[in-house]
Amino acid sequence: MKKNRLGHWIAILLGSLYFVVPLIATFEFSLRKLRGVYSFEAYRVVLADPQFQGSFTYSVVLAVITIIFGLMIIVPTAYFVELRLRSLKPVVEFITLLPLVVPAIVLVFGYVRLYNSSSILPLTASTRGTDFLLACGYVTLALPYMYRSIETGLRSIDVRTLTEAAESLGAGPLTTLRRVILPNIRSAVLSGAFLTFAIVIGEFTFASLLNRPAFGPYLQLVGANRAYEPAALAIVAFAVTWACMGIIQVISRNRTAAIK
Amino acid sequence: MSFLEINHLKKSFGPNTVVHDFTLSVEKGEFVSFLGPSGCGKTTVLRMIAGFEQASSGRIIIGGADVTHLPPAKRNVGMVFQAYALFPNLTVAGNIGFGLEIAGATSAEINTRVAEMLELIKLPHLASRYPYQLSGGQQQRVALARALAVRPQVLLLDEPLSALDAKIRVSLREEIRALQRELGITTVFVTHDQEEALSISDRVVVMHNGKADQVGAPSEIYNHPKTHFVASFVGTLNILEARVADATSGRLSIDGQPVAVARSLAGFGLGDQLTVALRPEAVDIAAPESGKNALKGTVDDVAFLGSIIRVRVRLASARVSLDTFNDPSRSLPRVGETVTLSFKPEDLLLLERD
Repeated sequence: MKKNRLGHWIAILLGSLYFVVPLIATFEFSLRKLRGVYSFEAYRVVLADPQFQGSFTYSVVLAVITIIFGLMIIVPTAYFVELRLRSLKPVVEFITLLPLVVPAIVLVFGYVRLYNSSSILPLTASTRGTDFLLACGYVTLALPYMYRSIETGLRSIDVRTLTEAAESLGAGPLTTLRRVILPNIRSAVLSGAFLTFAIVIGEFTFASLLNRPAFGPYLQLVGANRAYEPAALAIVAFAVTWACMGIIQVISRNRTAAIK
Repeated sequence: MSFLEINHLKKSFGPNTVVHDFTLSVEKGEFVSFLGPSGCGKTTVLRMIAGFEQASSGRIIIGGADVTHLPPAKRNVGMVFQAYALFPNLTVAGNIGFGLEIAGATSAEINTRVAEMLELIKLPHLASRYPYQLSGGQQQRVALARALAVRPQVLLLDEPLSALDAKIRVSLREEIRALQRELGITTVFVTHDQEEALSISDRVVVMHNGKADQVGAPSEIYNHPKTHFVASFVGTLNILEARVADATSGRLSIDGQPVAVARSLAGFGLGDQLTVALRPEAVDIAAPESGKNALKGTVDDVAFLGSIIRVRVRLASARVSLDTFNDPSRSLPRVGETVTLSFKPEDLLLLERD
């Protein structure tokens, strides 16, 4: 029994070291910009860089647009599939998994071919059009995560009975979705939203090939030309992602406590 | 015309027909129960009245208006579900006021009505609680108040007591009946529990294989079951095979022993086989008496059920159960003892073939 427990601790320790050591090393390296002393100079330089601010703001705005756009498509789809088209569930699940199977580079080349300036829908001919295309691409990339989060949320409540209860009280489908279903899958929606946020913030392929000033290409650019700043940026990106995860945890915990 | 008219309702799911030609008239303020086993179609009929299922054919008329093709939100029908279906994100007051809010009532109207409903269900102190903070019985009371708050034309109750424990079930069913009488609301109640249906209904519809086998007052259903199914489903009945011994004098033979029935056997021929039913409480162990039927048999089993003693007596092949009150001053028959079963001819019920 004791031997077994020791084995568990060793496994946990090794796993933790695997994740923590590179992180500590990167963090430690990011503090070495000034010779002989630890400082946050690399962070100051990065945060003061207008390109950092511009690219980060651009990615945050795009992430918010992606989340709104994604939720508008996925929540009603998942809801009606769960409620009325359960036989279509395997088909929908397969479609939502496709972005994991088809590499991002293949998707973006497809987009460029379909929506280039000489096509019927020349989205890449304008900046706003390309931004829109990028947001659509991000919705596709986030689809597997967003759909699964929402679907898990919907499975945790009795969608059919709640919908019928709302209908019998005079509510139409949209009112039911807005007033009854959405508030009860709030933590699932937020999980999907934060996962999408994390994906969009670090995404490189789509933004780079569509030539948009997003945070991902900026990370790559800095990484290619500076020494300490990429490490600082990696830590910042990591902190943003973990902050998102933390918020998901807190919300989920509050929700679980509320249900209990 | 009755307040709720269900005419020739039929429902099929693909090739499978679950409700066949169901017709029923319910008067305003009447309490009708649909009673039957799982899969008999009772919930499907209720869901068609609510609008959650579309009828394959037939019509549903509420208060003179044809609602057959109206969506549930437009029917003004209140529904209480087995699983309570309270909105977890709303408080008790929020749940009760939900339908009024949807209908566009002002907040003053909503508050007044919610307070009224909370008084009605005797839970005014729980207005700000969330559903997860309530017991099952309290949740179902809130669900009832929520359904009633919008002043529906018809109240539909889909096995609302099934998820509750036995004691709460009995008290809540009495409360439901009292509320229904107080408000005079036309109510359709679905249950598989015969005691529930018999105790609170004005009329009971016993359903079997998607059809109404018998519709009648609880006493009529219990005392005069028409079919083999109703007889076996409602109460504990002895179902016996009999042969016609003399159609003109109304005499049958059960396991070779002659018995009389109180109704005419016109149309039956000598030796025709019939199914008859006999309630355990109608049978007594007593010496043969004129004007009463007597069957001889051997005691197979004596079971003590508290206030009741159930004795099982074997005839030649058939078995008859009889219930007698637990009277300590009276001696019980012993297993293996030969006894005479005595019952009145009118207690022998002739059943129609299913």
